[in-house]
Order: sequence, then C-alpha cells, then structure tokens
Amino acid sequence: MSVAEAPPSDASGRGAAFTGAAGGEEVTVVEPLIFERSRAERRAVRFPGSTDAARQAGSSQPGVPASLLRDRAPRLPEVSELEMLRHFNRLAHLNMAIDLNFYPLGSCTMKYNPKVNEWAARLPGLAESHPLDPEALSQGSLELMWLLAELLKEVSGFGAISLQPAAGAHGELTGMLMTRAYHRANGDSEQRTKVLVPDSSHGTNPATATMVGYQAVTIPSNARGGIDLDALRAALGPDVAALMITNPSTLGIFEDQIEQVIAAVREAGAIAYMDGANLNAILGRFRPGEAGFDVMHFNLHKTFSTPHGGGGPGAGPVGVSERLEPFLPRPMPVLAEGDPDEVRANAWAGRSTSEARFALDEDRPRSIGKVRSLYGNFGMFVRAYTYIRSNGDAGLRTISEDAVLAANYLRVMLHDVYDLPYDRLSKHEVVFSGRRQKRQHGVTTLDIAKAILDRGIHPPTIYFPLIVEEALMVEPTETESLETLDHFVGVMREIAELAASDPEAIKRAPITTPVGRLDEAAAARRPDLRHRFADIADAPEAPAGTPTPEAPTA
Amino acid sequence: MLDAVGVASVDDLFADIPSAVRAGEWDVPSPLSEQEVRAELARLAERNRIPTVSFLGAGAYRHLIPSVVGEVIGRSEFATSYTPYQPEVSQGTLQSIYEFQSLICELTDMEVATASHYDGATATAEAALMACRVTRRSRVAVSAGLNPDYRRVLETYCSGPGVEVVTVPVDLSEGGDGTTDPAASGGLDEVACLVAAQPNFYGQLEPMRELADAAHGEGALFVAVVEPTSLAVLQAPGSYGADIVAAEGQPLGIPVSFGGPYVGLMAARMASVRQMPGRLVGATRDVQGRRGYVLTLQAREQHIRREKAASNICTNQALMALAATAYLTAVGPSGLREVAELSMAQARHLAGALESAGLAERRFGGAYLNEVVMRVPEAARRHAALAEQGIVAGHLLERGEAELRDTLLLAATELTADDDIARLIDALEATR
Repeated sequence: MSVAEAPPSDASGRGAAFTGAAGGEEVTVVEPLIFERSRAERRAVRFPGSTDAARQAGSSQPGVPASLLRDRAPRLPEVSELEMLRHFNRLAHLNMAIDLNFYPLGSCTMKYNPKVNEWAARLPGLAESHPLDPEALSQGSLELMWLLAELLKEVSGFGAISLQPAAGAHGELTGMLMTRAYHRANGDSEQRTKVLVPDSSHGTNPATATMVGYQAVTIPSNARGGIDLDALRAALGPDVAALMITNPSTLGIFEDQIEQVIAAVREAGAIAYMDGANLNAILGRFRPGEAGFDVMHFNLHKTFSTPHGGGGPGAGPVGVSERLEPFLPRPMPVLAEGDPDEVRANAWAGRSTSEARFALDEDRPRSIGKVRSLYGNFGMFVRAYTYIRSNGDAGLRTISEDAVLAANYLRVMLHDVYDLPYDRLSKHEVVFSGRRQKRQHGVTTLDIAKAILDRGIHPPTIYFPLIVEEALMVEPTETESLETLDHFVGVMREIAELAASDPEAIKRAPITTPVGRLDEAAAARRPDLRHRFADIADAPEAPAGTPTPEAPTA
Repeated sequence: MLDAVGVASVDDLFADIPSAVRAGEWDVPSPLSEQEVRAELARLAERNRIPTVSFLGAGAYRHLIPSVVGEVIGRSEFATSYTPYQPEVSQGTLQSIYEFQSLICELTDMEVATASHYDGATATAEAALMACRVTRRSRVAVSAGLNPDYRRVLETYCSGPGVEVVTVPVDLSEGGDGTTDPAASGGLDEVACLVAAQPNFYGQLEPMRELADAAHGEGALFVAVVEPTSLAVLQAPGSYGADIVAAEGQPLGIPVSFGGPYVGLMAARMASVRQMPGRLVGATRDVQGRRGYVLTLQAREQHIRREKAASNICTNQALMALAATAYLTAVGPSGLREVAELSMAQARHLAGALESAGLAERRFGGAYLNEVVMRVPEAARRHAALAEQGIVAGHLLERGEAELRDTLLLAATELTADDDIARLIDALEATR
C-alpha cells in the first residue's frame, strides 16, 4: 500500500485532499477507500489455532499439492474493527434512505420496512436453518414457505405459487420460461415467437423476452394512458406467445379495458402475463388470477416491505393459473400429510398442527427446472410473512387505500404547476412531466431532481416511463404522513417557482450533498471499476462498444 | 384528503376497476399485534430443529459471522435505500460496491467484477450465457463436478435462448480421483465455454490449468466456479487462465438461512466487460473534482437497452454484497487464510478419525479441500438415525449417480470442534 496519507475522514462529508493511490494524483475524497486505510498486520477478527487433535489425526490425510496453491495473498484490507466500523458508518452517512428521508421513487414502492420483520429474519431457528438439513429438522422453514404461498394465493387469486425466483426480473424469466413450456406442450411453440409489451413497460419485460429467445414487440398506449386495444388486437395472432402487461401501469393507471385485454390474449392462445410490480395499489381490490391472468410475479421487496438493501436482495415469487401450474420450478414446498384447511386455521390461530408434515416436492416431471439454487430468498419470505400476518386482511386493504389516496393527493396538489399528461385517477403513483419547466425556463427534470436532493428528499423516478417527456414518477406509498406529503408539495411548488425566477440556481443543484453532480460520461469512457494497487499498471481499456447514452434513470 | 382529491369515499378511488373483475372474498387472517406476530414467528422457528452437530455443506457453509458484519448490514442507511440512481445521495452504497468489486477482483485475480448476482448458481448460468455472447457460439460444456443445483439452473437458463448443454464426466470409478478429465472432454468442439468448479461438488481439487488449456485449445472460454474462502490458499482463477469466474458468496459472512438470500459473484477480463450481465460501479469525479462513484457502462442494461440488454437482471444482492465486503474487511488476508486452513485441518481430522475408527473410508483419491466424500455402509439409514439425535452427518449423495450409493459428503469449517467429530464417531458407532 502506498497511501500513508489518508486522513481521518471529515464527518461533515465535505472531504479532504489527499494523495490517492491511483497514480499519485491529488484527489479530494469524502471517505477514503477501505484499502487506503489498510496498514500491514492490523486486524479486526481473530480465529483460534488448529487443535492438536486435528494436527495428529489429519497427518494421515493428503495435503494440497503445491502446484494448486496461491503464490501471493489477496490484498484484502488490514484494519482494526473500530476503523472498519467507522469507515462503513461514514459511508452509511452518505446515503439517503427510507429511514431518514421521504423517498417517493416511482415504481419501487419505498415504504417503511417495519423492524419486527428484521427481528423475525434473525431468529436463530430460522437464520441457522440449513437448506439441506433433513426435512424432519426443517419443518418450521417449510411450513413458513407453505403458509406464505397460501397467503400469496389469497392475495393474488392464483391457484399455485413458486417462491423460488430471487427478484422481480427473475420472476419474469420464470414466467416466460413457463410460457414457452406451455406452448411446447401444445405443440405450437415453434410458431409463437413474439412477446407483446406495451410502450410503458419496465425495461425488464422486453429484456426477459429476449433472454427466453422471444422477439419483443412494442404495443402503443392510447391517449388515456391505457393499452391501445386495436393495436393489441392487430398484433395478436398465432405467432404471439404472451402479452406482458403491468397493471396498474407505470403511469399509475389501472387498465380499465383489462377484461378485453385478457380475453383477446386468451383468444389468440397466448399467455397473459401480469407484471406485479404495482400490486401495492390493488390489495383486496383486484386479484389478477381471478381476473384471468395466467401468471404474475410479486415483488416482495415492494408490496410486502422487505428492505430494498441498496439494490437487493429482493424476492420475486410467481403465481400461476391452472394451465401453467405443471411447469412451475421445482422443488415446491408442499403439505405432504395433514389437512390444509386445518393447518391454515391452526397457523392463523398461532398453533402448530401436530400431524402436519411438510416436504419439498421434486417430482414435477413437466417443471421448467430450477431458476435458482435451493428454494429462493428465504430471509425475504420470513419478512414478508411477518408483514402480511401483522397487517392481516384489514391492514392489507388499508395499505392500498392509503397508498392510492396519497398518490391522488399529490396529483391534485401539484397538477397546476407540473404538467400531467394523463390526468386521471391515480393508483399507487402519479407521473408528472417537467416539459413546461424545460420549455419555458430550460430547467430539465434532471435539474429538478437534483434540486429536490438539496431539500432532503429523495427524488422521484425520472425519465421513466419512456412515453412521458421529462417524466417525474412519484410514488409516495401509504406509510407517509399528511405532513410529509404537504412538505413535499411545498418543496415541489417552491422548485417550480425557482425554475421560473432563477433557473441557474436549480442548474447548480445539488449543493448540499456529499458530492456534486458526477461525470457519468467520463466514468463510461474510461471505466475505473476497481481499486488499483500501487504496483498494478493501469488496467486494460475496455474495447470500444456501444456508446453509453446519458443514462436516464428508471 | 378525500375532499382535496375530490372523491366522496375511499371506494371512489378504485372506481376505475371494472366491477366484473373486482376482487372477491379472500381468506387472509386478522391483523396481529407485535407480540402476537413475534409469537407466531417464534413458533415457526421452534418447529425447526437446528442440529447440535452438523457436517453439512454441499454449497452452503456455516462459518463464523463476525458481530461487526451484522452491525454494518443492519444500518438503516444501507438496508432501506435502493439502487443508486441518484449518485449524489448514494455514495455509501456506491463506494461499498466499488470496494466489493475491488475485493472480488483481488480474490480471483481478475480485472473486473460485477456488483453481484442472485446467487452462485445464477451467476454461473449468466457466465455461460456471457461466454456464448463473447464467442458467438451456442453450446456450453459443463463438468459433472459442478454442484448439481447449479447444473440444473444453468440448464434452465440455457433452455431460454436454446443453448445446448453438454456434460463433461467426472471420474467416479473406484480408486478414481473424482475430478473432471480434460481428455474425456472430447465434446469441447465448438463450445462457447467449459464450466468447472474448484473445489468441485465432491470437495475434490480439479486440475484447473489443464481444463483451462483444454477449453482454450478449442477456442472456448474457461469459466471457473470457485468457493471464495478457499481463494486464501488456492490458486486464483486469473492465474490459471479463467476467462470468467462465478461463485457463491454465502460463506463470506452470510447465514445459511434455509437457502437465501445469498450473493452471486462474477468476475471477468476487461476485454469482455461489455458482454457482462449485471450492474457495475465506476469511479469518477464530481463537478468540483472530488472522487465519487456512479453506476456505469449502463448501455448493457435492461433499463437503457430493453430487448437488446445483456441480461434482464435489475436488482442485484447489494446488501449481501455489503455483508461480503464487511466480512472480507473484518477478517483481512490473515483471517481469511486462517478460516481456509482451519477448515482444511478439521476436514482432515474428520476424515482421518472416521477412517481410524473403521467407520468410513474416502471414496476418492486425490486432493480435497474442506469437504470430503466418505463411503459409509448403510449411509441412508445411519444418516437418518443420526438426524433424529440432532446430528447431521453431511449430505447424503443418494440422489446422485449410482456409483455414489452409500456415500456422504461431509464438510468442516473453522466452527467444527474436535468434540463435534468425537460425537459423530460415537453416534456412528452406535448405529453399526
């Protein structure tokens, strides 16, 4: 390590100049890299030495051939526990988070994550349960998975659930693989090569279709923000495998032609896939399975409040109709012995059913196989189960009512200052456009987002959905108070006024954040993706490829 | 608020849902208070029986998780933020991912690592698909020594774009060394990659350099699937010619938690970075010249490229990657080496003690690391009998190949005590 100069961090987050490891160049940093704090021989954790018994008994056993041994130790940081903890705590201070800030990031459902869920996930009886322990030792884990699947069935109206997918996009992949397995079983898979996606869809939908070898075909939206039914009907045919539709849509609008949409898809022999990212708006009001969808993924990290973790872990269970059930991933947690009604009733009353036995069913000959090792993100199942049981029937309904009320409140409180391309009843979120500010004052949505940062609020999702110019996608969720919503309204109105009176002030934003606007183009042009130790020559340049656009964020 | 919105009732907020598709009744139980919900979760936790002695690994390993790791990932600022789309207020997450990428590069001796994947199996599957993009070929060869769960996931992923999977056999013969035979890999013609694991599923050490050479000889890439703690002592994949590395990061400070959440690791060469799936964080400067971090090379990703993306992956496992970052920082280079060496020493103690007691013998020759296949007469019956007493005698390989009947895959880690081994021996003696 060449860096002896790394200073103690400035807790104000302003950073201090010091000589960085890369090329001896002066650089101001907010918090040095952990590698730059490393000093030889320092350490946080100690381990015992090997035992005499191990040394004696093991002497009869072969060692590792020298040719397979590493010749240079990995240069992991060497720091004390205190230095390490301060480093990560200081990094933590550089983040906005739900537990600190209003975080109305559209499409992501950034609601409060109750702490009892964390308590539950850390129970040793669950956290230390090994996935390959004999089933007799894992009855609690299996029962929890079975009960969660039962609850998800009730919530969604589907007849069967797989908990295996690790994230929403992973659930999409699972759904599309099942779609293809279904068409194969019908003998018309070869001709069904297209998957239809509305132009308001999440980018994962077309990307998933491609991963399964399908061609994604975009269906336009109509003037009201719904799907263009005529265009959909024209696109449907014997070459279509599925429609992937998000409902409520990424515009925050419930698709009120949903019956016609599902009927048309089914008539064409295609699979009706619902992206369940926005389920938070419709709990107890609309059940996709009941309405005729074939498959939907849940985002447990959205609707059921498992922490987003800075970008995962999520969990993306899928629910399916009867015709897709045979193709679900294996294994499935099942109740192998016992009466399901009795087991459910007992569990709802907090009791175990002594004669119940849970098992993992591997015997699913038409299954698409496994999409993930083992059974899924179990820790997320624990949190989601805790959350659903805490809220119960009344609580789940209230969640959607309050989430929808909050979104509509923001809609009416702000629609005079920001354009609202689709001025209709909102569901979980409302999508404004910053086009007026851009045209009249040269202030872009990106500028507005940066100005929001300076006011202690995480900005909405911006530049998504793609069909809204200068989009600002606001999802307040049900967990925010009226005072918080009113504060946000005040901030947004103030920014709109400032955009008119002093646009340059907004273009300078943010000025209160730990770092200012970052040069993303330079980051993509000269990728610096890892710390370089002093003795490493500059890593090879990435080959020229697709130029990175100024990334809109979604 | 209803007045402000201009509706008379909450129901009016849902008037856009056509009556024909409104939800019917559901059977969701009543709400629970915190003490009631705690009792319910405690009930389920108590329904599990956590073994008092366990030699179970087979892809998920119990290691010491330093207390400070839990402290770091428990911070609300990490746990309750999301994907760092606004880098100015996400430097904590972004810098920690940059540190994670750096640590994985250092462990594997590779040039670039992603921000993480769902788990080791999906990282392996995505690595195989990446190899197809790099080589423009559509067959992949997979060692039969790869964890069977990973093979199944890889097969599922490959079924998507119609990539053919061929299996390269492992020598399971009596007296064989349980490794992939580079010579038997005659099926490498026109494959995009050869995927092999070090150590392999049976705990055996593979001739990785020979396998890499065999792959490269056919113009294919070599994908190494590794166990991260082992890299404190074993050759780094970069040094034996791996083109892509995939791994399960669970041993790095993450509880076994009935299978997840874990974290997939992936590393590769810079020459193929634009074919990599998943998120990448890069260093840059802000308007004042200060160092900062951003999501970068996003032109590979679904939210920009949609159907032309390298993968549909969106969310990764950021909080689990942070756990791995905190773990590697807490243990440091000497601690990681001690973990690997203690695990190896106890595995040798275990195998030696079982052999000395005449209870079991090693099924394979050759070298192993911290997991070993032992032949135990009537393995299934005795495994079940021990489980009743809260002793898990490793993983019963009965569901695998017929050659592995009556064998157990036993793992040791630094948490394996001499007393655990003594109790296993006594319990096995009692079931003779």
